[in-house]
Order: sequence, then C-alpha cells, then structure tokens
Amino acid sequence: MNGDEAVAFAAKQAKVDVVSAYPITPQTIIVERFSDYVANGEVDTQFVCVESEHSALSACVGSSLVGSRVFTATSSQGLALMHEVLYLASGLRTPIVMAVANRALSAPINIHNDHSDMMGSRDCGWIQVYAENAQEAYDWTLQAFKIAEDPKVSLPVTVNLDGFTISHAMEGVAVLGDYEADQLVGKRHATYTLDTANPMTFGALTLPDYYSEFKRQQVEAMNNSPPVIAAVTDEFKKISGREYSAISAFNIKDADAVVMCLGSIAGTARTVASRLRMQGKRVGVIKIWQYRPFPTKEVAELLSNVKCLGVIDRAVSFGAPYGALCSDVASTKVLTGIRTKLFNVVCGLGGRDVKPSDIEGIFNRALRYAAGEPVDEPFSLVGVRD
Amino acid sequence: MVALKELPTRELFGPGHRLCTGCGPATTARITMKALEKPAIIVNATGCLEVASTIYPETAWKVPWVHTLFENTAAVASGIEASLRKQGKADEADIVVFAGDGGTFDIGLQALSGALERKHDFTYICYDNEAYMNTGIQRSGATPYGAFTTTTPAGSKIHGKTDAKKDLIGICVAHGVEYAATASVAYWNDYITKVRRGAAVKGPTVIHVLAPCPLGWRFESSDTMKLAKLAVQTRYFPLYEVEQGRYKLSMKVPKPVPLEEFLKPQGRFRHLFAPESAQDLEELKKQVEGNWNRITQLCGETGVQTQ
Repeated sequence: MNGDEAVAFAAKQAKVDVVSAYPITPQTIIVERFSDYVANGEVDTQFVCVESEHSALSACVGSSLVGSRVFTATSSQGLALMHEVLYLASGLRTPIVMAVANRALSAPINIHNDHSDMMGSRDCGWIQVYAENAQEAYDWTLQAFKIAEDPKVSLPVTVNLDGFTISHAMEGVAVLGDYEADQLVGKRHATYTLDTANPMTFGALTLPDYYSEFKRQQVEAMNNSPPVIAAVTDEFKKISGREYSAISAFNIKDADAVVMCLGSIAGTARTVASRLRMQGKRVGVIKIWQYRPFPTKEVAELLSNVKCLGVIDRAVSFGAPYGALCSDVASTKVLTGIRTKLFNVVCGLGGRDVKPSDIEGIFNRALRYAAGEPVDEPFSLVGVRD
Repeated sequence: MVALKELPTRELFGPGHRLCTGCGPATTARITMKALEKPAIIVNATGCLEVASTIYPETAWKVPWVHTLFENTAAVASGIEASLRKQGKADEADIVVFAGDGGTFDIGLQALSGALERKHDFTYICYDNEAYMNTGIQRSGATPYGAFTTTTPAGSKIHGKTDAKKDLIGICVAHGVEYAATASVAYWNDYITKVRRGAAVKGPTVIHVLAPCPLGWRFESSDTMKLAKLAVQTRYFPLYEVEQGRYKLSMKVPKPVPLEEFLKPQGRFRHLFAPESAQDLEELKKQVEGNWNRITQLCGETGVQTQ
C-alpha cells in the first residue's frame, strides 16, 4: 500500500469515532480510503465531510470535546488554513491525531513535497513526528492515538509523511492484526468532556491574570510527553518487533561527520553514508522522528563525539540564520555545550529531487569541516539553479 | 404559545455575566435557556455574549458550554453532533449555537452553509445587533443601509452604510433547512415558541433574532425592549417563520408605526435626519418597504403590502 493508504488503515484499526476532513493533494487518498471503509461498513465511524480544512479541524475539536477519538488529515494550504484551529486544538487539550502529507506552500503553487507547511505551524503546541516511509507512517499513526490520549499528555499529534514520496509510493507495509492494534491503542478515556450531567465551560475568555498559567500547563504537557512516547514505543516494539524512539541514528558511533534530516531523505542519506563508509569515510546519519517535543538531550548525546553536523532543512525560514531544524540543533548546542561544528543546507523544495550526489556533497563538506576547515558557508541552498 | 408562569424559574444563563445594562443578546440568551426543554450543549461564537459571560475563572453558564473561534461555530457544532450520534446520545441533548450577526452573516457563513447542507441536528441562534459591537461598532453584512458604524461613519460625503442588509433566512432556506424563523427579543413568547419548534426539528434550524445594542445603536439602555418592538411595528424587521420552505408571517402589522419612530431614538440614524441625508433616509425607507413587501408576498399575505 502507499503511505496514504497505510495511514488510513491505521486510523481504521484505531477505531476512530469521528473523522472530519477535506480533500487536498497529496493527502486525498487518506480520506478516500477512509470513505471506502465507511461506505462498505468496515468501520463504525461518523465521517463528517466538511467544506474546508478550517471546518475539518473545528469539527474534530468539537467531537474530541465530547470524548470521541478523532482523526483528520491535510496538507499544505489546508494546514495553513487550519492555522488558528491548530492552536485551539492544543489549547483546549483535544487529543486529535492528524496526518500531514507534507507539501510546499504557495506562491507559486506547487503540489509536491517539502516541509514548509508543518514548519509554518511548528509552534502550534502539537506533538509532531515525521515518518520516513509508508511503514513508519502506519506505525506512528497507530501509536499517535495512544500518545495523544494519555491523560498526562492530552495533546494533539501530527504524523508527517512526505507528499508523493511517501503518500503515493507503493511499498510493502507490515500491519498489525486488528486484535493487536486494538490491544495497543485501546479506548479513549477522556477526563473532561462536554457533558450535560456535569456541565463545564470550555474556552473561556482568559485575561492576563490567568492566560500564562494555561500556557504553562501546555508546556508541562509537552514536557510530560517523552516518557509517554517512550512507553508507547516500547509496547509497540513488543507487539510489532519494530523499534521507535525520538531519534534514529545510523553509523553514528565513531562518525566524524553526520547528516541530520527529517522524513524520506533519511533513506537516501543512509545509502550514501554506507557507500562512503566503504570508502573508509567515517560518516553517519541522524533522523529525527520526534520533532516536537525536540529531543534536545538525545541529540546532544549522539553528537557528543561528532566533529561536524550538516543539517538538512526542507523549508526556508526566510530571514532567519538557519532553517527550523538547524535552529533547534543550534539551540541544543548552546544549551548543552556540545562542540560539534554546524552547517545548514536547504534542499528538496517543492518536490525537487534530492539526489545521492547532493547528499554526498553535504557529507564531503561535513568531512572537510570535521578535518579542521572553517565552516565557510553556514547556510546554503543545495540543488538550485543560480 | 407559552404562558409566562409555565416557564422554568431556574436560570441556566446568569446571573453574574458582565454584559451591558439593556443588552439585547443577554436577554436572548436568558430566555433561550428557559425555552429549551432538553439538556443543552451550547456552542458560542466569539462575540460580546462569549467574552462577557465566561471571564475565567468565572462562568455565567450552568450548562456545558464551549467557545472556540469566531467563524467555525457551526463546524464545531457539527463535530459535537457527529460525536453524540456515534455515542448513541444524539437525542439526549439539544445542541444550540449562539453567534452574533458578524459571526453568522459574514465570517461564519461558510461554516454555517456547510453544516446546513450536511443536515447536522442543531439549533443555530443568530443574535443580530446589526454590527460588530464587541470590537466597537463596525459594519457587518447585517448592518442596515444608512446606519452609522465606526467603519461606515456619517461623513460629509458618505452618510453611513451604503449597502443593504443580507437576507440571512433566505440564504438558509435556499439550503433546504426544515425550519428557519426571525424573531425579536421583545416578543419573547413568539421567540420561545420558535426556539422550541427549532429544537424539536431533526436537522439544522436557524433562528434570526433581533437583539438591540444600546451602545452600538446609541439609545437609552432602558429602551431595548421598546426598540425591539418598534422594529417589528414599523415593519423594519418582519417576524416570520419558514417551515419546509413555506413562509408564514408571525405578526401582520396592519397599521405600521412610521419608521421614523424606530430610527429617531437611535444615534446611529441621527444623521439621516439632516437635510443633506434626505435621499439616504428615503432609500432606507424604500428598502424596508421593499423587504416587507417581498416577505409578506412569500408568506402569501395579501393586502398588507404597500403600493
């Protein structure tokens, strides 16, 4: 199945109560597949096919507040249209799971992959994970429900999958049996709901005297999530044999030069790294699965002996010194005192193919810097015409 | 028709809210909660009613209540309804939306349209005070022709709003809603009957209730009910209901009070009585008359139209 179908299948196995969604390329297959499940009676889900992404997520918030398990999916402009609702979902602590088939933002219009959609909303208070392939998209979607709905967390989660590269690519995906999936995800037990027997006010006007305390609780919830995520991935490993954590590291132990990325580029990066290893070059790859909360401690630990790190961003932070991912690593450097040299490349915008030769170029630069050359270009665009 | 003494004495909205003295929407909320016969879940759009009734850590609501955003109230209500349906509790509660004219006529119209088309079971109450009052009196699609607002000032060249009020009920009826009605907060009996009818319908229903705003309309706060009545008696705001597409006039107003008596106590229309605005006053009168004739014709009433 392709990545979109894998996500839809995970949502089906999670027995979601309500799906509210709106079509947008390259996410559309998710809602199409789910509509098939509904039409064929394979799920007992209320599917609310709304008139915009803004309403899609708004309806999800309403459903979640009544205690339902809720799922939606979007991409690009759809995520941008949801922007204010994203903050609502996290602020009201609704554990919605949303797949984002990452796609570039207009203008100019483009339907292909980069991460400018999610990066534009990265501070929205959602837990954010990135999948590398259809298998990971399935696995993370299933796990996301359990993470989001944990009372210690109670935050929404986005599962990011690269548009087309993952969403539309056919791959073999190992799925759990329905029983195993059910055992893993279980039922949602909501703490506070819109309940006529126990009336409560949600979304009250909160002025300077209390607003900060609400935000502090969100910070705490986000901080509470790593052990919950770890417990869920542990349980998932027992059931599936597949292992997840905040970060996936490849050939990192004795590496001098490392490339860090999110999503599907990781596969290309590993292939290139393996080839360079055969040439005796000490290179490795770090893939960030859990982008929010950012695994600062784990990144610092992995980088403790790495001489140089090249961070790949798939979105531009216009006017900023680095792209979003590299900014987080730079903060990690400051916070932890690691001395790894850092440089940032932005590539793969609007679906531009990131070739092995591009990655090899990044590794070669990292190796040069690792060998003592000064970082002459801390930020650059790669694979772009002059 | 309901009798006053039959209404529940319990107050599910307030006391304790911080809305203005003489606030039409406040009375709307209060009598709505008396009208509803089943336990209710309230979905409130951003606006005066929301900001002044739930200032954390206090709330004026003794029912489950949620505010999310300005323009998405119908979508949130859709989600709540879908969720209750899934839980098998759809018949246990009335889902009631409160949204102002800005949140309904303008920014929330798309979400409302979608929800009406999908036929979610809720009662949507648009409390209409004919401008964005929460942000300080700006024009909305519900502001009448000629009215002063801070974005349609009575200037030396342009005298108030230059566009007419939208036909909200017409828009809703075009979606095939089973029940839609207008009401005035002063005619509480008619309003309560309509809320009950709306709530009893399986599917979406819309009640468009005129709820004067002393601050925004610029009149004495003791005159809210007087103006809400005059709006009807001058044929400015016809009361009618539409059941399965059939229009029915709720109040015939055979001998209308001159429109000036509704306009004059309101500061927002004061400039229309200056000699240079004579044409604008005539235009507003023409629009009011045209609307009355149109609605009464839709209601199949003969002999009440002006020639």
